[in-house]
Amino acid sequence: MATDIIIHDKKDNVGVVVIEKITPKQDCACWIMEDDSSTNIQSLDEIPLGHKIAMTDLNEGDTILKYGHDIGKVVKSIKKGEHVHVHNVKTKKW
Amino acid sequence: MEIPKSFLGYKRENGRAGTRNHVIILPVDDISNACAEAVANNIKGTIALPHSYGRLQFGADLELHFRTMIGTGSNPNVAAVIVIGIEPKWTQRIVDGIAKTGKPVEGFHIERTGDIGTVMKASKKAQEFSQWASEIQREECPMSDLWISVKCGESDTTSGLASNPTVGNLMEKMEPLGVHLCFGETSELTGAEEVCATRGATQEASAKFMKTWNDYNDFILKEATDDLSESQPTAGNIAGGLTTIEEKAFGNFQKIGNLKFIDVLEPAEEPKKGPGLYFMDTSSAAAECITLQAAGGFNIHLFPTGQGNIVGNPIEPVVKLTANPLTAKSMSEHVDCDVSKLLSREMNMSEAGDELIKTTLRVANGRLTCAEALGHKEFVMTKLYRSA
Repeated sequence: MATDIIIHDKKDNVGVVVIEKITPKQDCACWIMEDDSSTNIQSLDEIPLGHKIAMTDLNEGDTILKYGHDIGKVVKSIKKGEHVHVHNVKTKKW
Repeated sequence: MEIPKSFLGYKRENGRAGTRNHVIILPVDDISNACAEAVANNIKGTIALPHSYGRLQFGADLELHFRTMIGTGSNPNVAAVIVIGIEPKWTQRIVDGIAKTGKPVEGFHIERTGDIGTVMKASKKAQEFSQWASEIQREECPMSDLWISVKCGESDTTSGLASNPTVGNLMEKMEPLGVHLCFGETSELTGAEEVCATRGATQEASAKFMKTWNDYNDFILKEATDDLSESQPTAGNIAGGLTTIEEKAFGNFQKIGNLKFIDVLEPAEEPKKGPGLYFMDTSSAAAECITLQAAGGFNIHLFPTGQGNIVGNPIEPVVKLTANPLTAKSMSEHVDCDVSKLLSREMNMSEAGDELIKTTLRVANGRLTCAEALGHKEFVMTKLYRSA
């Protein structure tokens, strides 16, 4: 089955869309690179190629994990399946 | 894939080998650009490297200027050099630095002669160098003569997922062959700096990296306006799905695979500790970074891009790869190696690494890169602070 979303690390709470776009209510096939395992998720938003989807519900102040590492903080709560980007996540650096 | 043991390069007087055979006309300073470009226009087979600086610089900034000039002329991709400056003393300092390689180099200064007389004298010498260099043949060189630098640009999430790890895969396969490798981009390791520091091969290398990163970060925090004026991440990065500098940094960091770095280099510094991976303190702006790496002696460059950076360099061929299928399709004239099948999982990482090795060796053997064919020769000096 074709892969719609790739997740770097099992610990990650976001995945990356690797097809042109996913549409709301789409059942997406996800591949986890770290251990070559699979999972799936239903999207809530339209999300373009290269952009991230929340794999779990996230609250304000939560840490986004990608590559198994901290890549920023949630500034507006995010539901599982929603688009994760600059409108709801910010750097912790500057 | 079995990696070939050799490539066809140009052997130089100092034992290094080049993937290219340029005769360069190197201006010492901004006001000598016109003269250098006139010489390059007169004499076929030469290229001028105009730039914006070289006057009234001082201290570490001036030292970096000389290091970049001398390093560029000394790069093994350069067969011979004409140096042109306004004044004799700094011109001669650069000539003397390049002459240590044993390659033909001659300097000309414009004061008391003027542009026209200088162009005439320098053109005569440039013609001699160009015809001499045109007879140098490619010869078989061991793979260890490759000095490979890397830098990514217009990155997006496909860079960290696929094209940067492809470079990492190449590094893992090429390091045992005794090549020199170099990554840089101090500011774009922000967020991944502590993880990067653990990749120092020695405690000394790790400590040197953290000091370099801290110094750069202090400078950024001192000068920064709100959100770094959309410079990190860039609008292109954000359009491609990158949200924070930390995300960009961990993606960037995939380029070194599982390797450890043996030393930390100053900008444009030549590595001295033998084969292996080096970190160079550079800006993350593509042309500045590659110009510094070329001045450090690196003779072929690998450049993964997501959204489609188009940079080239006048003396170091820049091999582009992308894993973004939209970029591969819409900007195909800029893409030397398309690894977008990694995203559709029609290709695995080892296969992608092999594809990149094949492309790299074709370019090392003489195939023009997309950037060379399109005439990209961005030569951009790094300036540390205001002139006196």
